[in-house]
Amino acid sequence: MFRRTLLATSAAIGLGLAFGAPVAAAGMDKVKACFVYVGPIGDGGWTFQHDQGRLAAVEKFGDKLETMYQESVPEGADAERVLTQMALSGCNIIFTTSFGYMDPTNTVAAKFPNVKFEHATGYKREHANVSTYDARFYEGRAVIGTIAGSMTKSNKIGYIGSFPIPEVIQGINSYFIHARKVNPAVELSVVWAYTWFDPAKEADAAKALIEQGVDVIAAHTDSTAPLAEAQKAGNVIGFGQASDMAAYKPSPRVASIIDNWGPYYIERIGALLDGTYEQKATWAGIPGGEVLIGEITEAVPADVKAAAEKIRDDIAAGTYHPFTGPLKKQDGSDWLKDGEVADDGTLAGMMFFVEGIKADIPK
Amino acid sequence: MDLSAINPAVLFASLIVAATPILLAGLGELVVEKAGVLNLGVEGMMIVGAICGFAVAVNTGSPALGFIGGALGGAALSLIFAVLTQYLLANQVATGLALTLFGLGFAALIGQGYVGIKPPLTERLSFGPLSDIPVLGTVLLRHDLMVYLALLAVAGIWYVLNRTRVGLILRAVGENHDAAHALGYKVVRIRLLAIMFGGAMAGLGGAYLSLVRVPLWTEGMTSGAGWIALALVVFASWRPGRLMLGAWLFGGITVLQLNLQAAGAKVPVEYLQMSPYVITILVLVVMSARGGRAMGAPAALGRSFHATH
Repeated sequence: MFRRTLLATSAAIGLGLAFGAPVAAAGMDKVKACFVYVGPIGDGGWTFQHDQGRLAAVEKFGDKLETMYQESVPEGADAERVLTQMALSGCNIIFTTSFGYMDPTNTVAAKFPNVKFEHATGYKREHANVSTYDARFYEGRAVIGTIAGSMTKSNKIGYIGSFPIPEVIQGINSYFIHARKVNPAVELSVVWAYTWFDPAKEADAAKALIEQGVDVIAAHTDSTAPLAEAQKAGNVIGFGQASDMAAYKPSPRVASIIDNWGPYYIERIGALLDGTYEQKATWAGIPGGEVLIGEITEAVPADVKAAAEKIRDDIAAGTYHPFTGPLKKQDGSDWLKDGEVADDGTLAGMMFFVEGIKADIPK
Repeated sequence: MDLSAINPAVLFASLIVAATPILLAGLGELVVEKAGVLNLGVEGMMIVGAICGFAVAVNTGSPALGFIGGALGGAALSLIFAVLTQYLLANQVATGLALTLFGLGFAALIGQGYVGIKPPLTERLSFGPLSDIPVLGTVLLRHDLMVYLALLAVAGIWYVLNRTRVGLILRAVGENHDAAHALGYKVVRIRLLAIMFGGAMAGLGGAYLSLVRVPLWTEGMTSGAGWIALALVVFASWRPGRLMLGAWLFGGITVLQLNLQAAGAKVPVEYLQMSPYVITILVLVVMSARGGRAMGAPAALGRSFHATH
């Protein structure tokens, strides 16, 4: 038995040498895909949705796919240790699902050129085996910003940010631009939680906003705590973030932005299996189905719902871009001329607020 | 910036609520340490209390039963620690750390069916027209029962530790277990009860998180509150009154920095966030500079007791 395996292996190596073909491009019989999560899969938001994507891939490929994941991995040095361990344990492709894994992913990728690394929401691809993927969450923010601007009675809307990074700042700008568009009197308060996942702190942040008169809250953190806080307050509404958060329907959750990672995971793992895998940078959104808008509930008046759905459909059809000029930066300088559309490079490095937002981005 | 948007009375009321989980857990740990046992498993006991309380409240529809369930859950987990360290003489530090890891995993296991469910609402107590008194009513008279129980516990634990025979025996066990044993006190049994009391209090703190403060269940929802409770005990130099002030300080700074941000104040958030920890270190330095006695650490803290005669 052993000898036969040995013979088969040498034959395979011999063939590989004879044809001189790169081994990776030949496709694989079985792939081991590993996932690094920033929170627990039970967070009901961001990590939950990534795990749903993993499960979709498992369902699609069955026996040909083995998966492994690790939850609540801190961003930083710990991530490097986890990634190294995964690479050593035979993972063929590793998905790192948070912005803070950007540098660890590239560092470890340098040491394991035969393992594919896929980093979510980052921009560094320092090695041939690192790809990045992201979703245009700001497209969803345009839809819920429209609802927020129309629904607020105090003209004060709030946003709980995680960290001041481009992904979050795009969302804040898009949310505010579209709220202002339907309601010129609207003011935005921003609170930075400095965490992706800490339900007690997210609840406190929502509470602080509500105590200051904010009646529409959007969150860019991972748990359902801000919605729970909105429900306690009674006359405050919010949105599902990353996941549908349907338990809070019909109010306070009046709509939601859903991250749909399944199709991407299936595409990439499939490419690895059939040998068509290539390094790339993916940034899809509502048109590609990577960002979905959850049901807009009956708590939203019909005309507001129609306006929000029109924005969603226009973005899906490619006829509308959430960052269309004329737009100015916060300091009053010109950014986009009338009808001009923001380019992806500027968006990916966006570290400024648009005109009208009073808050500052922490340095 | 416009600080007039921040109402001090409302801020103080939020601060008391934010401080309640760490206050409850910290009080429990204080009693445990006064008995000479160092239980680093507070985080684990809190999260088990959070899910046990949540599960009981959801299944019975009663938040009161939920809190009892949370306390029982925390106490049950602490019993593992008690048996390992008191009867099998395992190292307390290692066992405590293991308890935290075990608690986090175990809570996630029990909690799988409870993600995304809403718990029954814990009612605020009604004091009638008294709750409408300006400032005082807002700060003190609009909370749920657990907030008042936590404040009562501060006074109760102070009284028992310093003014009763039970407290004297407990402290004797914590200061010198050999002497206490020679006087005929059951050191192991007393410590066992103290550990279970600590577990129950940590469980209550956890249940307060999942039933009132957040209120929902997610894995890892305590996010380090147990470790803050542990730090508080040292910060308070093992005194219940100071522990309450410490809890308010921690809770207060969290609430204050979020409120300042919401009001658009231009303060560096990072400094506010680290300030409670900086103050803890400063307090420790000042206290140790004043000599070991001022620290107030029980002399037998963390030492195993084995009756040899």
